Formats: sequence, structure tokens, C-alpha cells
Amino acid sequence: MSSVISRSTAIVGVGQTEFSKAAGRSETQLASEAILAALVDAGLSAGQVDGLVSYTIDPVEETELVRALGIGEIAFSSRVPYGGGGSQGVLLHAGSAVASGAAEVIVAYRAVKARSGARFGRAEVGTRPTSQHSGSTAMQWCTPYGVLTPGAWMSLNATRYMHTYGVTNEDFGRAVVQLRAYSANNPNSHFYGEPITLEDHQTSRWIAEPSLRLFDCCQETDGAVALVITRSDRAADTPSPVVVAAAAGAGLFEEEIASNHYAPDLAVMDGSAAMARRLFRGSGITRADLDVAMIYDAFSPLLLMQLEGLGLCGPGEAKDFVADGQLGPKGSLPCNTNGGLIGEGYIHGMNLTLEAVRQLRGVSVNQVDDARTALVSASRTGVILQCP
Amino acid sequence: MTAGPSVQRPAPILTEDNHTFWEAAREGRLVAQRCGDCGQLRHPPRPMCPACHSLQREVVDLSGTGVVYSYSILHHPQHPAFSYPVIAVLVDLDEGVRMLSNLVDINAGDVHIGMAVELAFAATGDDGAVPVFKPRGSGP
Repeated sequence: MSSVISRSTAIVGVGQTEFSKAAGRSETQLASEAILAALVDAGLSAGQVDGLVSYTIDPVEETELVRALGIGEIAFSSRVPYGGGGSQGVLLHAGSAVASGAAEVIVAYRAVKARSGARFGRAEVGTRPTSQHSGSTAMQWCTPYGVLTPGAWMSLNATRYMHTYGVTNEDFGRAVVQLRAYSANNPNSHFYGEPITLEDHQTSRWIAEPSLRLFDCCQETDGAVALVITRSDRAADTPSPVVVAAAAGAGLFEEEIASNHYAPDLAVMDGSAAMARRLFRGSGITRADLDVAMIYDAFSPLLLMQLEGLGLCGPGEAKDFVADGQLGPKGSLPCNTNGGLIGEGYIHGMNLTLEAVRQLRGVSVNQVDDARTALVSASRTGVILQCP
Repeated sequence: MTAGPSVQRPAPILTEDNHTFWEAAREGRLVAQRCGDCGQLRHPPRPMCPACHSLQREVVDLSGTGVVYSYSILHHPQHPAFSYPVIAVLVDLDEGVRMLSNLVDINAGDVHIGMAVELAFAATGDDGAVPVFKPRGSGP
């Protein structure tokens, strides 16, 4: 059975708050502001919303959100597990609900205070075996060993990847230099006007040796992003729709939130490969059709490993793909043109969806010529978006 | 002399599904779970055998020898319970299961994939212990 959403649904509005290090207001307020902006963008009103989708890890209560925005009757709500890896799952959930008729107008949102509030990158010893049903069951096995952050969890996979394919931290650095070049042009990004050289990257301090230096890690960020999703036939009445050509989720087997410590071969992202098979199957779209891609880069090794897992280059070939400039504006597949999570900020993956929509609308600050088809991958969830 | 950690290594979080592993460790044993019906060895422990769906579970002792499958030298961020850098390892044990742990009695620069390791123990703040590993043949 295919999990493809075949052009029956569309993103008709996108909204965001500013991205910052200290929002100075609640996640409920951030979400409300982003959703309102997305509804204005779509030309729809809060009263027309009848569905809500977010992540299990999101702190905003649906009830508070509905009351703050004055939303009426909610016909459908759901939450996607697995943290940012599930970020594109909001479109699979929303698309499925809209396609089935369970709801008409769905808002997907994610609000974080990942810098001024609970920081993912802080070493804390939790008292619970998991965190908010976000797939972090690995915590109970990691806590006594000081493996306390997503970066630490993931770095064990990255070292094995480096060992298998002869990849160095400098190879990751070349990708980061490109991301920072994109973000330097992006006024919305944390690193606006701050490109780096490979030497800057190589002299940033070690976080987890030999895979992660400071500049390999995403920016903990405060902010919110929202999307409005409805049926494609209804989308024709909205100002600037983008079609959801395919949506898929896969790869929950043997995986934790940011790692996959027990699979036979950690140099391969099995979850990404499984997701990509579902995503492309029956979509009528091939990898060669992609004009631009947004690939979840919480840490730079995930970008290279995912390129391979998704089949965008062969096993072990991502380092050469990056070194040849293929991710850049003149490359065969410009990637993370907002600067990615590393350059723009970390709204837990949903800001990548936003950038894909900008590309297809032709309004990115790093616009790719004639971008018609965009992939967004959060490894185990993903979407292909297209111009109508 | 470098300053030791100001608080001790955190005790494991026990659950209905994982307690057999950590309780054995307190007694100085390294164990894995084995299906009481089909005999499949598994780690981390789980309530049901994914191969035959049996709920019969056995706890078996492991040899404690294996090789480093992957590692990471953790520098930042730091928690006061640990001495840095923390050497995190995934060890493939001879019996065929993988465990996340720490490597001790070694300089960070000497850690490499494929190195032979053997069982040791590290004390936790609740007067317990958790399994860690050290280079094989590196003394008591």
C-alpha cells in the first residue's frame, strides 16, 4: 500500500514569527502569531480552521491554541512522534485527513523556545526514561553514560559512517560552509551576513570528536512556524498555493529520536531509505525531477548521510557530491537554501518546509531558477512539493 | 591531578521493562535478555519477543568481551556528574548484541573502531554500578 498523497492537497498559507535567541513570550503566543500569519497568507479566517496537527514534543496545548485564536469546531487533530524527524509528518497527517474528508482546513504548527527555554543541547540528566513520547526511549540507556544530548546520540552513528566511507570532519565542514553562505544572504537567519570559511569551521571547538565541531550543530532557536493545508480544488481560490505531490513516513523500526544505535549497519540511514521508497513510489516523480531540496540538518553529518539514504547520491558519495558544489546555487541539487537548520535556525524542521514553499513561490532570498519540484526530508518523514 | 566530577554518575532509570539489566549490573554481572521460547538474544530488553511473540523472558550472563563498533569523544556540553571528555562507545559483544557504554582506562586519542574490549564496572551515585568497558588485557 502506498502512503503517497497524490496532489490532492495543498499548502495554501505559511506563517512564522521572527527567529531569535529569546522570544520573550510563551510558545502558545508564538504559535498563535505564526498561525494567524499563515491564515492571512492563505486568505482564510480562524473560524474556517477545523483541524490541528503538530509534534508530540510541542508544548502548546490544542485547547489553549483554539481559545487564543478563536477557532471553532475542531474535527481532526493529531501529533507526530519522533521530534524533528517527524516534522514533515504533519503534512502526511494533514493531507490524509483532508483527502479523507475528516477535515477541510488544517493548521500544522510548531512553536519552540529551544534557546531561552528547554535547550536540546544542554546536558541534563532526566528522571524519566523517555521524553514526551518523542521517540527518546534511548535516554534510559544513555543517561548513566553521559550521552545526554541529541548531538551525542547521533555522533555515535556519524563516527561509524566516517569509518565506513573514509569521511572526515572537513567533509562535513564543506557542507556547512555552503549552508552559511546561504544563510549569510537570509535576513531571517541567525547567521545573516556571517559566512564562514572551511578554516573557520575547522577551528571551531570539538563538541563530539571526530564528527561534530560547534559549527556542525544547528542553532537552538526560539520561534514558530505554521502551515495551512486544504484540498487542492479548494486551494485554487487562494493566492499562492503549493501542491503536496507526495508525503510519506517510515523507518520507525529500531530507531530512536536522533540515532539508531542497534541496527546492523549504522553507516546507512535505513529510515531515510524506507521513507524515500514510499515517497517516490507511485508519485510519478523521480529524483532527477527535483529542483531543490531541504534536508534535515540538525547536525551536518545527517545532511550527508541522508543524501545517501534518500538515494540522491550513492553510498559513500555524499562527500564528493558536497565537495563538487552540488548543494550550492549552481549545483545539481541546491540544498537548504535558507541556510538550513544550521544556518537559519532550528524550528525543529518546519522552517525547512517554509523555505521549500518560498522556492516554489519564487520568493526565496537564494532563489533557484524555475524551481518547480522540491523535496523536504526529515529523514523518516518527507514530502515532495510542487507548483500547481 | 585533574578535578573529579562534583557529583556522581547518575543511577539508571528503572522501568518494568529494563530493570533486569540494571539490577544484574548492581550485582556485578553483565546480562542480556533471552526469549524463553525461541531463544533469541536481545538488548535492550523488551516485554515481547519480536521473533515469536513469546512473553517468556530469561536473563543470561554474557562473557563481557567484544569489540568497539563505534565511539564518540564527548567534549561539550558538560554535566557535573562526568569527567570530560566522556568516551562513549557502542560495543558489539561476542554473543551478538550491541550495548552503549563508556570506555575507561584509555586515553581518548587511542580509541578506535574494532578494538577489543572487556567488561569493567563504574560506580553510580546510588551506590550501584553500571557496566563499562576497558581495553582487553589492560589489567584489573
